[in-house]
Amino acid sequence: MNRVRRRAVGGRLPVVLVLPALVGLAFLLVPLAGLLVRTPWGAVPGQLVRAEVGQALRLSLVCASLATVICLLLGVPLAWLLARSDLPGRGVLRALVTVPLVLPPVVGGVALLFVLGRRGLVGQYLDAWFGISLPFTTAGVVLAEAFVAMPFLVVSVEGALRAADPRYEEAAATLGASRWLIFRRVTLPTIAPGVVAGTVLCWARALGEFGATITFAGNFPGRTTTMPLAVYLALETDPDAAVVLSVVLLLVSVAVLVGLRDRWIGGAP
Amino acid sequence: MTLRAHLRVTRDRFDLDLDLTIGRGEVVALLGPNGAGKTTTLRTLAGLLPLTDGHVRVGDRVWDEQPGTFLPAARRPIGVVFQDHLLFAHLSALDNVAFGLRARGTRRAEARTAARGWLERVGLLDLAHVKPRALSGGQAQRVALARALATGPQLLLLDEPLAALDAGTRLQVRAELGRHLREFDGHTLIVTHDPLDAMVLADRLVILERGRVVQRGTPADVARHPRTGYVADLVGLNLYRGTARGSTVDLDTGGTLTVVEPAAGPVHVAFPPTAVSLHPAPPGGSPRNTWRVTVTGVEQHARTTRVRLDGAPPVLADITTATLAELRLGPGDPLWAAVKATEIRTYPA
Repeated sequence: MNRVRRRAVGGRLPVVLVLPALVGLAFLLVPLAGLLVRTPWGAVPGQLVRAEVGQALRLSLVCASLATVICLLLGVPLAWLLARSDLPGRGVLRALVTVPLVLPPVVGGVALLFVLGRRGLVGQYLDAWFGISLPFTTAGVVLAEAFVAMPFLVVSVEGALRAADPRYEEAAATLGASRWLIFRRVTLPTIAPGVVAGTVLCWARALGEFGATITFAGNFPGRTTTMPLAVYLALETDPDAAVVLSVVLLLVSVAVLVGLRDRWIGGAP
Repeated sequence: MTLRAHLRVTRDRFDLDLDLTIGRGEVVALLGPNGAGKTTTLRTLAGLLPLTDGHVRVGDRVWDEQPGTFLPAARRPIGVVFQDHLLFAHLSALDNVAFGLRARGTRRAEARTAARGWLERVGLLDLAHVKPRALSGGQAQRVALARALATGPQLLLLDEPLAALDAGTRLQVRAELGRHLREFDGHTLIVTHDPLDAMVLADRLVILERGRVVQRGTPADVARHPRTGYVADLVGLNLYRGTARGSTVDLDTGGTLTVVEPAAGPVHVAFPPTAVSLHPAPPGGSPRNTWRVTVTGVEQHARTTRVRLDGAPPVLADITTATLAELRLGPGDPLWAAVKATEIRTYPA
């Protein structure tokens, strides 16, 4: 009966849904196609060997990866706390964690500057006690990216945790496992796909991060000029270079996503 | 060393109040309808749920004494077999069984050797490296049992251990489980809503309704003297041990029954009281199992009348009010009991 009904439903695709769906698809894909069409392919190798491009690309990859590591180390425990503990005010915390998700990145950058800047709430002590100054450094890039990207990881991992059956953790407890051991040997393997998905999202977000980075870390070639910043600057002086840089960024992101997908998610649809 | 517990759990609209004693080597079955508090009882004993009031003591060790002492699950010497087994999907059968030993600090190699021994005892050594996903229901149940027993627990808790199995597997797994439980020298509590599981596996039954004990005793006692209509329906089962020779079974209580499914060796045979008909004279026709009985008691329950009869074997019969009137039963009356072979089920013991 189920099958019969499904076939009947499958018979007529409603125009009201199909039309906007196709428009949406075009809206997402046409700009990318346009970028590829507009690319001066002959100039690509020349651009790629340019020192600034290589530098920006390397900086982008390193910073996004470091930011992702920070997000994993802090974000997974945070997700666990939100999903599994009986902390009072968990709902409020959960809402607060998602604030950077909706916050304009520039605002995030400004906030970081006021807290970690040399005169900032925390920054003044970092400077006075340890001589550490974070703004306008590569470390600042990593921080800005982590700040913007972490909510993606937390939300994704928390979702996986809440979907995972907590009775497995109880079973582990009855076998004598401590909470830390349960987390490592039972919880983490169970939510691994969620963690991987969150990591990918987080990394992609960090790689593309622009607003918070330029506000908090500025634009110093070799130190803080990541690919998105380089693209934006090139657009003003050398549009062809901007296109090439964009395409490179696009290809790198797609390559990493595809690679992770095959390796970790087993090509799941 | 005896487990003594007074369990009190109060939650909105639910209240459990249960005294429970389990001796060493004893198997107690907790029976009751859904929502009676069976799972809550199991969770308090496992340390997954603190008591509102009362205590759990094993020997002179206090596991839970409210207010004040609470030993969490990870620190209790227990083994739990969960209803749907809850085997860790990412670990092999061997690592599942070794998990408890590893968690309690045994070295990997040692834990694996011990786990291998347990898998061998449940007859699954050749599936040691298989992931739970690839195991059948019965195999998963055996791995779960091995995992629970591997740490050498003092208290073994089984939550509906056979409910997740299909009927065919169930018979065999039940018989095997019974064997392992007889070998286990700790305390065992089985939570089940299946009276047959309880009667075959347990030394003692505790029957729970809405958080209160309505009856306790040996399976035979409870079956012969059910105190409420619910218990009568629940354990209203004629159950015997015997030795099968093809389609005849010699019962330990005396008497012989003819069954449909041929078997060999020790078996349980069971049929419901409704399958028994009573006759003033030897009946003719199809029933092949007829024997002489005398009435020892008549009890009126909600919809039927239950007659207790002595004979070889002794038997319970549910009859309608009309039959009751017709037979004019009184204690000591001689009658003939008849059961169709098709109504009798046999289980390997």
